[in-house]
Amino acid sequence: MIELLELTKRYGEHLAVDHVSFTARPGRVTGFLGPNGAGKSTSLRILAGLTPATTGTATVLGRRYADLPDPGREIGVLLDASAQHAGRTGREVLRVAQETMGLPRARVEEMLDLVSLTPEEAKRRVRDYSLGMRQRLGLATALLGDPAVLVLDEPANGLDPAGIRWMRDLLRDHAARGGTVLLSSHLLHEIEVIADDIVVIGQGRVVAQGTKEELLHDDRTLVRAAEVGTLTAALQQAGWTVERVDPADPAAGLRTDASLAVTGQVALEARLPLLELRAADGAGLEEMFLQLTADTQREAA
Amino acid sequence: MSTTLTTPSAAASAPATASSYADRPAPPPIPFARLLKVEMRKMFDTRSGLWLMASVGILSALASAAVVLWAPEDEVTYGSFAGAVGIPMAIILPVIAILSVTSEWSQRTGLTTFTLVPHRGRVLAAKTVNALVVAVVGMLVAAVVGALGNLVGSALNGTDVVWDISVSDFGAIVLANVLGVLIGFMLGVVLRSSPAALVGYLVYVYVLTGLTFTLAAAQPWFADLQPWVDFNYTQGALFEGWSNTGEYWAQLGVTSLLWLVLPLAVGSWRMLRSEVK
Repeated sequence: MIELLELTKRYGEHLAVDHVSFTARPGRVTGFLGPNGAGKSTSLRILAGLTPATTGTATVLGRRYADLPDPGREIGVLLDASAQHAGRTGREVLRVAQETMGLPRARVEEMLDLVSLTPEEAKRRVRDYSLGMRQRLGLATALLGDPAVLVLDEPANGLDPAGIRWMRDLLRDHAARGGTVLLSSHLLHEIEVIADDIVVIGQGRVVAQGTKEELLHDDRTLVRAAEVGTLTAALQQAGWTVERVDPADPAAGLRTDASLAVTGQVALEARLPLLELRAADGAGLEEMFLQLTADTQREAA
Repeated sequence: MSTTLTTPSAAASAPATASSYADRPAPPPIPFARLLKVEMRKMFDTRSGLWLMASVGILSALASAAVVLWAPEDEVTYGSFAGAVGIPMAIILPVIAILSVTSEWSQRTGLTTFTLVPHRGRVLAAKTVNALVVAVVGMLVAAVVGALGNLVGSALNGTDVVWDISVSDFGAIVLANVLGVLIGFMLGVVLRSSPAALVGYLVYVYVLTGLTFTLAAAQPWFADLQPWVDFNYTQGALFEGWSNTGEYWAQLGVTSLLWLVLPLAVGSWRMLRSEVK
């Protein structure tokens, strides 16, 4: 269980994190979604006690991070896989963490095995690791103490498709065993495929949160046809609102508040062949996310 | 009477099912001895750490060899060996202390260190104790290598072995090196960057010493003041020419307060509150 309550971080005039509140529950994977620079990493660093909050609180299993007696055994944190001493071997990185947590030495080999780092790779120094290998090593460090809670910042970065699939299964399994998983990403799809709950953040503020079903639910209809202009006119004539999914690309189709049946009927009466007709689920979240990303980019420009 | 209790065997055979993480007791706190052990390990488990440790022995041996080869016969005494061996130690030992602190920032390992041990003061305390241990052990190793050099050198020259350093002189040299190591440690804590702290240490030891020496030679008022404000001066005296007087120890105390204790206190205070990125 992770609880952020009215968390705020101010750098001079800039509000990096602006009254962020949400809860990541046990048994569920919570996705923390936002464009780059939205305040995800800062929020997670505050949670892990690395950055002092300006105001607000963050708790892990009901306690402030600093009050955890041996944090690695209750919460596994991976904030930046590249933050390792380049001159240390992979195995030695795990040995240091294992000794800090007072765990048996065999745990290191178990973790190397779990994240598929071969004995040969474990002997190499971290400077010679690819980003994917560092990501695996970071996951191994986070999982070492068998913690109930996992916090991972952009864990899919640098992993190949098979690695991403493997990590997804690992995190799903952790939640299935009653663990709490909070992971951040700037990719909507990444969060969609793994998360049970989603928190969307933009410019330091939480702009949406709920279960995946709630956030993806959309009553509207998505329809694609070759003759986009004619279909638009026909739907509008029938009194429905219509908009292009992507204003620049007619082939992306139309979104309308007409139901599936009504849209089909309108197309039939207009004698228009359809290429696709389905519920617009997820479109709302995608629109919001694109809007956020665009706003953030404008802000930065 | 409750009849809904699960049998022990059922509970034990299902450790990996739902809520195996629920209601686990909190682990015991991390003992300080464990931090000491981990921090000591981190000093020497990297390639650079390994070489720094090895160089304590290697450079002591090279310095001793230089005395054997090039010193005039009547100067093959323990004092010459101790002096020669002490020069590389005055650099290596503080560098070990500096990197033990700054690598947490320059190599960004602090992200892991301080998430595993959120009480940064405890990590810093463990690092301080270890820096002192390394300083003393390093000096003992150097002293032994120097002693071996003295035995070998005298034997090669066919002269009597001369032990011209008293126990109190040796104690003073160890203290001087410990203070040097603490200066390096302090710079690491204050600057939190390997290159800045390393350069800072060299500037402090070499450039600043030259400047204050010149100033004292030119300005009599500074020459009078120097023993009370110049830590290089009071610390350097421990190597040669210190006097076991209350005034000297007071000067050493005042200058260490000024150059060591105060900056270390301010640096530590800032480090505990800084952002680890």
